[in-house]
Amino acid sequence: MSNYIKLIALGLITLFAMIGANYARDLAYQVHAIIVMIVAGGLFLYTLRRTDEPKAAVAGLENEYFDSVIRAGTIATAFWGVVGFLAGTFIAFQLAFPALNFEWAEGLANFGRLRPLHTSAVIFAFGGNALIATSFYVVQRTSAARLWGGNLAWFVFWGYQLFIVLAATGYLFGSTQSKEYAEPEWHVDLWLTIVWVAYLAVFLGTIIKRKEPHIYVANWFYLSFIVTVAMLHLINNMTIPVSIWGSKSVIVWPGVQDAMIQWWYGHNAVGFFLTAGFLGMMYYFIPKQAERPVFSYKLSIIHFWALIFLYIWAGPHHLHYTALPDWASTLGMVMSVILWMPSWGGMINGLMTLSGAWDKLRTDPVIRMMVISLGFYGMSTFEGPMMSIRAVNSLSHYTDWTIGHVHSGALGWNGMITFGALYYLVPALWKRESLYSLRLVSWHFWLATLGIILYAASMWVTGIMEGLMWREVDANGFLVNSFADTVAAKFPMYVVRGLGGVMFLAGSIIMCYNLWMTVRKAPAKEASLTVQVPAE
Amino acid sequence: MELYTLLRQFADSWMLLFLFTFFIGVVIWAFRPGSTKAYKDTANIPFRHDDAPAPAAGADTPAETKEARA
Repeated sequence: MSNYIKLIALGLITLFAMIGANYARDLAYQVHAIIVMIVAGGLFLYTLRRTDEPKAAVAGLENEYFDSVIRAGTIATAFWGVVGFLAGTFIAFQLAFPALNFEWAEGLANFGRLRPLHTSAVIFAFGGNALIATSFYVVQRTSAARLWGGNLAWFVFWGYQLFIVLAATGYLFGSTQSKEYAEPEWHVDLWLTIVWVAYLAVFLGTIIKRKEPHIYVANWFYLSFIVTVAMLHLINNMTIPVSIWGSKSVIVWPGVQDAMIQWWYGHNAVGFFLTAGFLGMMYYFIPKQAERPVFSYKLSIIHFWALIFLYIWAGPHHLHYTALPDWASTLGMVMSVILWMPSWGGMINGLMTLSGAWDKLRTDPVIRMMVISLGFYGMSTFEGPMMSIRAVNSLSHYTDWTIGHVHSGALGWNGMITFGALYYLVPALWKRESLYSLRLVSWHFWLATLGIILYAASMWVTGIMEGLMWREVDANGFLVNSFADTVAAKFPMYVVRGLGGVMFLAGSIIMCYNLWMTVRKAPAKEASLTVQVPAE
Repeated sequence: MELYTLLRQFADSWMLLFLFTFFIGVVIWAFRPGSTKAYKDTANIPFRHDDAPAPAAGADTPAETKEARA
């Protein structure tokens, strides 16, 4: 029966997409309509072939974890990671060597089009897939229950991949609402909303049917990430489309309110997507890899509430010296500085989990990766509050310092903790005794670490230099440097930054090879994992 | 009173008080008597059900429940 409803819905969507492809007012919308048409049409045929067929009995599933979707999620994470790092490295060289903005690819693959592709690929495709996969893994293990909602988890996974493809093609073909980290236009936003509600349902449903009386702290962080991102996404994307056959839409918020809402969104995307969600990862995978419980559970509770209460206020520090009222920008600055405390509280909690097991740092490169991610987390959560102070911001804002700060957090904290989680997950999910090669993990560790250091150091130098050159005045009060002077002066640092990116990318390719060989070659884990289903 | 002023005054009086009290409450709750014992059990959740969900109520407890650091 449900298949008939599915067929009707898919048929209607296909038809609608066909009409959309015909009436499309812009190229990006047309491409999206064709993609949706192919996907919905394909699903229609797939469903049709399975309708009214005898169903294979699915018994006893409640005694197993739902891991197939997580395996797909780890593959997607690694794949989008490499894509995102590659795009980033390429645009880094585009900045150093403008000739790489090829004439023939103008309006398709120039810096302006590829830059949102890079940011969305690493944040939403790489980071988002990592968050969805790990949250499904962690919520099952810490609730001692199978994922709620059956194949809904597969819908979340594939729906999210479709969102990524729509967003990415949209950027290349010029569909953007020019809100940083919220570039996708209204029709893609609507799709993400549906997927996200399904994600929330799967996650919350699993928590509700948990067998452990207490909700483990990692799940608190994951849940706050899911709920807050839903709220941010809805409010920052309140737009009215100009036509249902076109990409263009108009935001309902006026002027400075729009700017404030955008950076309330933008900073909390950092705070809840890239911090709270990844802290959920940290609170599960570091204890697991270190084989000891988290240092202080009390601290983790205080960490959670302090982080949640403070982060949400920090957005206005992106708008110092703008039309934003002074009180709002002061509020954002003060909250950002206070935020330093819970951030470091969390970092200390993660690091101290290793107390009594510090020797593991020497023997286990995976734990080394997780520890350096906390190191970078601590560094960038100190740097961030400092840069949010108005006086410092007057030097750092609009310079490459900001870019360096973002990357020490994103590559160092988000990247490294995700690599650590992948190195933990792949042997666990494919039931392997161990990783294929720890030497290769070490190679990845050092390439990535040195790459980040090259990146961050060159951006500090060029950022501060740029800021100082912009404000330099001569004895008569005239500006000394033109904008082009600063661009010329930055060239060597841009090359160093690009090299850092190459190293980071090389490390991630080594990781993919290592994970691939783990699945193919590493010895299978014996006995204990040939799942003992208890007799009912 | 216009909406902006109303919300603004509410935000920096009652709402601020509520959020602050809630936070202090959380801290006191975390340090309540007996919490150390309860949290020791909670912190060990990740080490209990690695391979399969907990069996339905009434069934025997699975053989393997390994605990890390006592």
